[in-house]
Amino acid sequence: MEKYTGKSVLKGIAIGRIYWYHKQDYQVVKTEVSDKEAEKRRFAKAVETAQAQLTSLYEETLARVGEDHAMIFDIHKMMLEDDDYLEAVNEVLDEGFNAEYGVETAQNQFAEMFASMDDEYMKARAADIKDVSRRVIRILAGVPEDGILTDEPVIVVADDLTPSETVKMDKNKILAFVTVRGSSNSHTAILARSMNLPALVNTGMAAGEELNGKVGVVDGFQGEFLVEPDQELLDEMIHRKNQWVADLEALEQLKGKDNVTSDGRRIDIFANIGKVEDADGALAADAGGIGLFRSEFLYLGRENFPTEEEQFLSYKAVLEKMGDKKVVIRTLDIGADKKVDYFALEEEENPALGYRAIRICLDRPEIFITQLRALFRASAYGRAAIMFPMVVSVAEVRRIKEIVNQVKEELSTEGHPMKDVELGIMIETPAAALISDELAREVDFFSIGTNDLTQYTLAVDRQNQKLESTCDTHHPAILKLIEMTVKNAHKEGIWAGICGELAADTDLTETFLTMGVDELSVSASSVLKVRKAVRDI
Amino acid sequence: MKEFQFTINDPVGIHARPAGLLVKKAAQFRSQITINGNGKSADAKKLIKLMGLGIKQGMEISCQIEGEDEDTACEAMLNFFKENL
Repeated sequence: MEKYTGKSVLKGIAIGRIYWYHKQDYQVVKTEVSDKEAEKRRFAKAVETAQAQLTSLYEETLARVGEDHAMIFDIHKMMLEDDDYLEAVNEVLDEGFNAEYGVETAQNQFAEMFASMDDEYMKARAADIKDVSRRVIRILAGVPEDGILTDEPVIVVADDLTPSETVKMDKNKILAFVTVRGSSNSHTAILARSMNLPALVNTGMAAGEELNGKVGVVDGFQGEFLVEPDQELLDEMIHRKNQWVADLEALEQLKGKDNVTSDGRRIDIFANIGKVEDADGALAADAGGIGLFRSEFLYLGRENFPTEEEQFLSYKAVLEKMGDKKVVIRTLDIGADKKVDYFALEEEENPALGYRAIRICLDRPEIFITQLRALFRASAYGRAAIMFPMVVSVAEVRRIKEIVNQVKEELSTEGHPMKDVELGIMIETPAAALISDELAREVDFFSIGTNDLTQYTLAVDRQNQKLESTCDTHHPAILKLIEMTVKNAHKEGIWAGICGELAADTDLTETFLTMGVDELSVSASSVLKVRKAVRDI
Repeated sequence: MKEFQFTINDPVGIHARPAGLLVKKAAQFRSQITINGNGKSADAKKLIKLMGLGIKQGMEISCQIEGEDEDTACEAMLNFFKENL
């Protein structure tokens, strides 16, 4: 058996025969032509044919996987209408060379431009330039389009696949894609995902003709491609695949269903997100709302503070996407362990216990006020709630509320529309849990952050692998703190949720329901899994 | 000549899809429309150059419009940015 690893595009398993797909690569030969004008006409005609092919590809993809993916062929058409591209080809034709060579020259020039950009998405666009250029060259040279010739569904292995190759393939004949190169941003990856096919990209394997007909297994969970596994392993993979298919079908059935136990107890299941576009995934997974929208993405990976306007637009975008569903946005949770140079934070001996999150916000209110202004302005566009991380005292909460009131007054004087916003705090320090009775009188909700709560309660660094066995997330101390927090919340008539990793731990779902937890916020991919656990009780 | 500034809100920036739509929009006008950003500039009617600017979320661009229909073009382009980027 041989085993290769790659970047998994979709968590799934496929088992079947391998089909080695290689392009009928046409070698362009540079030749001189006598009639330059006739060559230009030949090129123009080939472009016209390519446009017609792209129009039908667009329509085919539109019907098969939707407008978002079909758009790429519209882009290809526009590339062929681009003056710079056409000029680059015509320059070569003016020198008296053949059209195939002209197209290849333009292709290399523009593909190189994209490949040299410092942006993964744009780098991947080099493939689009090559795809569309190859199309024109094939037409010029009279080479037929590539396809797969097989009767049974196969695992397609290729060096790399262009978007048009991927779409052209008959979906009923494909079990999975494996490519030697390619990125998870490539259209092949995107299309595989939308067709719900397991796919591995960038395996770096030495692939060739000899793979044809061999039995292969694509394991999208482990990111592995197995060629000719022994019977025992194959049986195990067949078992896992059947399990996966059954689970998938069972979970799909739960979309649109309530999170209710057989004896009628209910709980909200929300999603955690970290970027604006993650809201789409939360909606697709049928989450009841957003229980934790981490605002760090606005601050990380850049060189200066995000402006109020920039933040406002991001919050507004998520609120609009979620419509009448609640969106709990957490204010800045950054500290010395996260590298953000422009914050100019000093190195710390012990960042987890250091200058971070709300401590920075209260010490440098100008950063905090910008974020709050953006949040309250965005509140007009949906159902926003705001929560504050790393609280340890009532005094902090009162100080936060003073600043919030000041911001709201300013905004209403300036005439900005706002809606009522629930204010809550994260319970992620043992201190906050222990004084949750007092804190509950100050806020509208609690959200228990179990990751930090575990680390601070057990005095265990979660990153330290040696301490894995000590890091018992089911430790009775943690469960007691959660129970205490929920009770104190309910005494004051406010709600309490859990947004740490523990929320998705289905071994504890029943425990949380018994404690009276009102909401569990989990990753989008866990929403239906937790719903199932609730409904099984 | 007309000009406006705009901060890109789209998480992926001026990627293929909005670039394609932008070119289509710009092509409706006779004016010369130029997009400046990320230290480069490009003709808004040329797709590949426009994508080559590498404009990302949070970057500020300026759009210059010059020609006989610059008033209507300016308004239409600004609306386009607000709606799509």
